[in-house]
Amino acid sequence: MPTPRGTEPHTPSANASVWNRVAQTDDFKKLLAAKKAFVVPATIFFVLYYLALPISVGYFPAFVQRKVWGPVNIAYLFALSQFVVAWFIAYLYVRAARGFDSRADAVIKDLGNLEAKGN
Amino acid sequence: MNTTLILFLAFVAVTLGITAWASRLSGSSASYFAANRRVSAWQNGVAVAGDYMSAASFLGIAGLIAFFGYDGFMYSVGFLVAYLTVLLVVAEPLRNTGKYTMADMLAYRLHPRPVRAMASLSTITVSTFYMIAQMVGAGALVALLLKGSGISFHVAVTGVGILMIIYVVFGGMIATTWVQIIKAILLISGTILLSFMVLAHFGFSLGAFFTAVSQVHYHTPDGSEVVKDFLTPGLRYKPPYGALDLLSLGLALIFGTAGLPHILVRFYTVPDAKTARFSVVWAMWLIGIFYILTTFLGWGAATIVGRDFIAKNGGNNMSAPLLANALGGPIFFAYISAIAFATILAVVAGLTISASTSFAHDVWTNIIRHGQEHNPGEERRVARIAAFVVGAISIAVAIVLGPTANVAFLVALAFAVAASANLPVILFSIFWKRFNTAGAVSGLATGLLASIVLIFIGPSIMTVDAPTVAPAARHIIQHAPIFPLENPGILSIPLGFLGAILGTLLSKRDPAGEEKFAELQVRANTGLGAEKAVAHSTIS
Repeated sequence: MPTPRGTEPHTPSANASVWNRVAQTDDFKKLLAAKKAFVVPATIFFVLYYLALPISVGYFPAFVQRKVWGPVNIAYLFALSQFVVAWFIAYLYVRAARGFDSRADAVIKDLGNLEAKGN
Repeated sequence: MNTTLILFLAFVAVTLGITAWASRLSGSSASYFAANRRVSAWQNGVAVAGDYMSAASFLGIAGLIAFFGYDGFMYSVGFLVAYLTVLLVVAEPLRNTGKYTMADMLAYRLHPRPVRAMASLSTITVSTFYMIAQMVGAGALVALLLKGSGISFHVAVTGVGILMIIYVVFGGMIATTWVQIIKAILLISGTILLSFMVLAHFGFSLGAFFTAVSQVHYHTPDGSEVVKDFLTPGLRYKPPYGALDLLSLGLALIFGTAGLPHILVRFYTVPDAKTARFSVVWAMWLIGIFYILTTFLGWGAATIVGRDFIAKNGGNNMSAPLLANALGGPIFFAYISAIAFATILAVVAGLTISASTSFAHDVWTNIIRHGQEHNPGEERRVARIAAFVVGAISIAVAIVLGPTANVAFLVALAFAVAASANLPVILFSIFWKRFNTAGAVSGLATGLLASIVLIFIGPSIMTVDAPTVAPAARHIIQHAPIFPLENPGILSIPLGFLGAILGTLLSKRDPAGEEKFAELQVRANTGLGAEKAVAHSTIS
C-alpha cells in the first residue's frame, strides 16, 4: 500500500539549512537587490505607460484625435509607441540580466564553499 | 478539388509526419511533457508566438479593425505589452522551480494537494473554454472558406478535433512544438506578404494609404451611406461604458497572458531560465511585428474590399481572406485560408496538452497517487487519455453550440480567469513570504468565480436582442446586463488579489511554508536545483 507520503512533503527539505544560509549570503542579497532595482521600476513604468493609452483614448478623445502627420493622429502614434517601448524595455532587461547572471554564478560558488565547509 | 483544401491537407501531411517522428522520441515523461527541455531559444520563441496568435487574432482582430478601425487595434497593443509581464516577472522563476505545470510553482512551498487541485481546476477551465471558442470559430470558418467542397461545420469541427488529439496523444510536446513553429512561420510570412500587397495597392505610399483609411465609406443597416475616419478611436467602444471597458480589457490582457497555462508550460521545454528569457524576446519580436501588421490587414480590408462587401460575404471574420482574394485572387485566398486552419490547429493542440498535462501531473500523479507513479509511464498514459477526453468533449460542445453561437466571450473569460485567479497567486507565491495555502486556494477560487459570475451577468451573456436577430446568435439571457462591462478585469483582478490577501491574513501562519520561502527564492533566482535538460546520449 502506498503511504500518503510522495515526493512533495510540506516540510523544509533535507538541506534546508543550506538554502537558508545561501539566502543569507551577501552575494544572494545583492542579486535580489539588483533584480528589484530593475524589475520594480520597469514594471511600474510599463504598466502606467500602457494604461495611459486606454485612459487617454477613452477619456481624452479630443486630444488623441489631433492630427500630427496628414491624417495620422496622436492615438495611432501613441499605440505604435507602445510596441517600441515594449521592445526597448525587453532590450534593457536582457542587458541588465547579464549582471543578474554573473551575480547568480557568485551565489552558486558560495554554495559550493558552504558545502565544502561540511553542511 | 478545392485549392484551400489541398494546401490544408499538405500542412496536415507534414505535421502528421512530424508527429510520427516525435512519437518515437516521446518515450519518457520529460520528452512527452517538456520536449526533453532541449528546445532552443529561437525555437521556443517562435513556438510561443504560434501558441499565442490564435485565429481570434488573425481573423478576429483583422475583422474588428476592418469594421471598427482603431478600436480593434487596442487588442493588438495589449497582446504584445503583456509579454513584458511574462519576461520581467514570471518566465524565469517558473522555469527554475517547476517541472511540467503552472501548479508546480504554486505548490512548491505550500500544502501541495489543495493548491494543485485549485490550480488544476483553473488551468483546465481556462484551456477548455478557450478551446471551445477556437473550435466553434474553426467550424464556422470552414463552412465559409470551403464553400462548395461539401465539408460541413460538423465535419470541420470533428476533423480539427481529431487532428489535435493525434498531435497531442502521439507526438506530445515535441510534435506540439513543431506544429506551433511551422504555423507561426506560415502565419507571419502570410501576414507580411498580405501587408506588402496592401501597400503595393496604394503605390507604396503610406500617405495615400492613411488618407484612404481616414475616409472609409460604408452603409449603415438602415441603408444610408456614411464616411468614417478609421484612425479615430470610439467606433466600437462608446459612452457611457466604452472607456471603462477598454481599460478593463487592457488590464486583463497585460496581466492575463502571464497566467495562461498553455503559454507558461512552454517555458519548461527550454534547458534553463536564461534560454527562457531569450525565447520571450524572440516571441516579442514576432508577436509585435504580427500585431502591428494587423492594422494593414484590417484597414486594407476596409479600404480595398469594403465593409459592405465583407458584411455580405461572411462577416467581419472573413476580412483577411477576402482581402487576400481581392489582392491575389483565388490562389492567395486559398493560401491565407489554409494558414487560418493551421493557426487554429496549433493553438488547440497547445491548449489540449496544457489541460491534459495538468490533469495527469497535478490531479492524477500528485493528488490521487500522492506524487508517485504506481507503474512506469502511468503519468503519460493518463495524460494521453485526458487529451482524448478533453478533445472529445470540446468537439461535442462545439457541435452542440453550432456555427453561429456567440462565443467571443469565452476568450474574454479565459484572459479574465488567468489575470484574476492565476496571476495574483503566482506573484504572491514568489514575492510574499507570509503567503500560505489558504491564501492560494481562496485567491484562485475568488478570481475564478468573480470572472465567471461577472461575465455571466455582463452584456456578453445578458442582453436584450432586437427581434430581427437570428435565434442561434441571440444572447443566452434576454435581460438587461447587470454588470455593464464585457471585460470583467477591472473588478475581478482586484477581487482575485483581495481573495489571496484575505485568505492569507485570516488564516494561521505557516512556519514550514515560510521557511521554504528562502529555498524557493534561491532556486527561482539562481536556477539551483532546476530541472535539467535531458542529455543527448539518453535519446535513441
